[in-house]
Amino acid sequence: MSTVEPPPTIGYGPMKRKEDPRFVRGQGRYVDDLKLPGMLHGAALRSPVAHARIVSIDTTAAAAHPKVKAVITGADLEGLGLAWMPTMSADTQAVLATDKVRFQGQEVAFVVAEDRYSARDALELIEVEYEELPAVVNARTALDAGVPVIRDDQEGRSDNRIFDWEAGDAAEADRVFDAADVIVERDMIYPRCHPAPLETCGAVAQMDPVMGQLTLWTTTQAPHAHRTVYALVAGLPEHKIRIIAGDIGGGFGNKVPVYPGYVCAIVGSILTGKPVKWVEDRAENLMSTGFARDYVMRGQICAKDGKITGLRVHVIADHGAFNATAQPTKYPAGFFHIFSGSYDLEAAHCHVTGVYTNKAPGGVAYRCSFRVTEAAYLVERMVDALALELKTDPAELRLKNFIRPEQFPYPSKTGWVYDSGDYEKAMRLAMEIAGYDELRAEQAEKRARGELMGIGISFFTETVGAGPRKDMDILGLAMNDGADLRVHPTGKAVLGISAMSQGQGHETTYAQIVSEELGLPSADIEVVNGDTDRTPYGLGTYGSRGTPVSGAATALVARKVRERARLIAAGMLEAAPDDLEWERGRWFVKGDPEQSKTIQEIAMAAHGAGDLPEGVEGMLEDTCVYNPPNLTFPFGAYICVVDIDPGTAKVQVRRFIAVDDCGVRINPMIVDGQIHGGLAEGIGIALMELIAFDEQGNCLGGSFMDYLIPTSIEVPAWELGATVTPSPHHPIGAKGVGESPTVGSPPAIVNAIIDALHETHGVDRIDMPCTPSRVWEAMQGNATPPQ
Amino acid sequence: MQVTVTINGEERSAEVEPRTLLVHFIRDDLDLTGTHWGCDTSNCGACVVLVDGEPVKSCTMLAATAAGHEISTVEGMADGAELDPVQQGFIECHGLQCGFCTPGMMLAARALLNRNPDPSEVEIREAIAGQICRCTGYSNIIRAVRWAAAHEATTTTQGA
Ligand code: FES
Ligand code: FES
Repeated sequence: MSTVEPPPTIGYGPMKRKEDPRFVRGQGRYVDDLKLPGMLHGAALRSPVAHARIVSIDTTAAAAHPKVKAVITGADLEGLGLAWMPTMSADTQAVLATDKVRFQGQEVAFVVAEDRYSARDALELIEVEYEELPAVVNARTALDAGVPVIRDDQEGRSDNRIFDWEAGDAAEADRVFDAADVIVERDMIYPRCHPAPLETCGAVAQMDPVMGQLTLWTTTQAPHAHRTVYALVAGLPEHKIRIIAGDIGGGFGNKVPVYPGYVCAIVGSILTGKPVKWVEDRAENLMSTGFARDYVMRGQICAKDGKITGLRVHVIADHGAFNATAQPTKYPAGFFHIFSGSYDLEAAHCHVTGVYTNKAPGGVAYRCSFRVTEAAYLVERMVDALALELKTDPAELRLKNFIRPEQFPYPSKTGWVYDSGDYEKAMRLAMEIAGYDELRAEQAEKRARGELMGIGISFFTETVGAGPRKDMDILGLAMNDGADLRVHPTGKAVLGISAMSQGQGHETTYAQIVSEELGLPSADIEVVNGDTDRTPYGLGTYGSRGTPVSGAATALVARKVRERARLIAAGMLEAAPDDLEWERGRWFVKGDPEQSKTIQEIAMAAHGAGDLPEGVEGMLEDTCVYNPPNLTFPFGAYICVVDIDPGTAKVQVRRFIAVDDCGVRINPMIVDGQIHGGLAEGIGIALMELIAFDEQGNCLGGSFMDYLIPTSIEVPAWELGATVTPSPHHPIGAKGVGESPTVGSPPAIVNAIIDALHETHGVDRIDMPCTPSRVWEAMQGNATPPQ
Repeated sequence: MQVTVTINGEERSAEVEPRTLLVHFIRDDLDLTGTHWGCDTSNCGACVVLVDGEPVKSCTMLAATAAGHEISTVEGMADGAELDPVQQGFIECHGLQCGFCTPGMMLAARALLNRNPDPSEVEIREAIAGQICRCTGYSNIIRAVRWAAAHEATTTTQGA
């Protein structure tokens, strides 16, 4: 069978992914695939209790195990000044516990042995004596008098408060609420859940004592930021640390923080002189690494004459035992202050109190731009609650209150400037795809037959692509990203980026950006990411920063190279640079298009022997650092249709319609894939995923038998639509999309469940995850919040 | 103990502890790292391989139990440069993102197509129901398997 080779893909469009051939052959390079000569294996001993003083640790028997090479405790690390490390929120976190354990699953000791089974055998031989303390499990009572102080390692601390933070104008909000003719209040919880990428976290550390060079292969979404943390922790210069992220089996925010296991692997390698691999198991991943959400919220919404006028929110944020969120320093509650959503309000105000509890540290953004998910959930639940109160159709209420296209750039009441949007268009498209009126008719018919069907809407606006250096940093590091582009003599190019793919397909998308700008085939552009020795500095991929920040850097560096190419082409064509015009792939003389030089010809000339125009450097390469002038504001309209079994209260998502506007789409195939995946995670969060705790602080979500993740059975075939409203300030008009579906889908699902049960069962609130037992309780009139 | 298996048509042996899981045997002793693992409780299916043609979670089986059996892993799916239609389908239909679940998904799909060359959407969903993909939301995996089924049907007709 002869196949005709398709023409090479240039520019944007649904191009197949460049990374796929190695993955479908099982040739991915994940950290656990790495095997180095003499490599040892590490394993962590973890606390069985949530809060206890460590009385003693006896490692004699473990150290005597014939295959054990090293046993490390907090006391050993203290001697090296490594017992504590900074978190991404500038708190400190114990690497190995010295004084107390503060959550179940906390790292207490680390064993290095010849193989992974022996390392775990040896953990059983370590004797730790604990003096148990009462555990602080409920964030709502963490600040009560008499509650044990969790962070007594911090001098002068007398309670469990981490921060109080507010946004918006409280007095103005009060005025608007006083003038309103209807006020609705709801308590709701965005429960603790976990990104749970299919690959757990891990590292292989190799310390070369002769050269003083540390190489760390590790699961990180932010290789450069991690390198800086290690430099700060270990006192090694950054150029002596190389971080290689390889292929990553999903991240979703879980692989942003630095974990104690990574540091212990490094220490293990320093002590033994051998490479040390540490890969956590699933229980360790779910019980100890970055969880997400855990926001207890009280929202109030008010309206006058059917127009939404104000929104007020109080939040208690549970950050666990160490404040290990990874968000811009100035914003301890992330971008939660986007909670006024897509509506043109008169006033909005939020107050967030962060507290310590005896639970795993984190508060990472699980497929989310720094608490945008919690914000979108809050406002979209509140708008539906208002619709119930006003007995208005929830779609109508939204359409009536949207920010209108001509109001952009729109200054929100909490300090954002939304870049662009056409909300009504997206909403109407979603309603059209769904057949909204027909669905309402079907619902009425079914109701008459005693069947339970619900239609839920959510309309979200995100703020992504952090961020402008005047406003945003993490650990003092500007949230900018670099790009290096080098075009070789034969017209093949290498792009180095500071973003790091965890499955998003950076090798394809970023090649397409360069291809669009220079006219080189995407196949001729290699994208390097995840190796700090081969890429420029930048903060990495999370918070939907990829396309908004790194994508912009990529487009701009390509444009710089294109301008250099213009000068060289001008010399070749004996024309003035200003007399040349660009057409994708070549510079030509204005008015004489035959007179032209392709980018490949120019690349060869740039490296060639002939003279270059005066003042033009040879070669064809450049670098760029992008500092975004503003964030971008993707939005979308989601409609969910659920059926609920009246006998078992099981919720089945029958249809899910998602219209996303992420501005210009580079590779629509990849964009749709991102949306599919995020919607599935949204269904998981809304219906299944929960990290719960008992009163002693025992984690009840420590395995995939307890922490339930959607399979092919729980999710429907997705129905997608798109509108395109380019970002006016982004070099290619793109806004970012990876997280929109996870942000937008949970409120649509919960709204659908309430919609199904309100008329027949009087249900007007329910908390996630909406498991059959929880829905059943709500149907009986006694909905209980999660623990 | 010495364990010998036939893996991707080749006989391979290694000395292992009796408690060694098949997934670790394949990855660490036979150095075939295309088979992944993602959980401690046999829930995720990242470790699926074919044992005598049937999909098996290789974290749920001891290497010793697999002795003498025929095992197929992702490394054996392609015939040199020629990809299995399932592999090609995953590329064509964007059936993978991070690629971590992909080997297990493709092997389950291969086993399904071997016994049912024309599976419906529901049959495909059921065939992979024991496996988790955290990235794709499954729709494109299902399309990928349908692509492979359709492609195999055409090649069979053409060949006949
Ligand atoms: S590793 Fe999860 S099922 Fe085998
Ligand atoms: S592609 Fe990442 S888990 Fe399936």
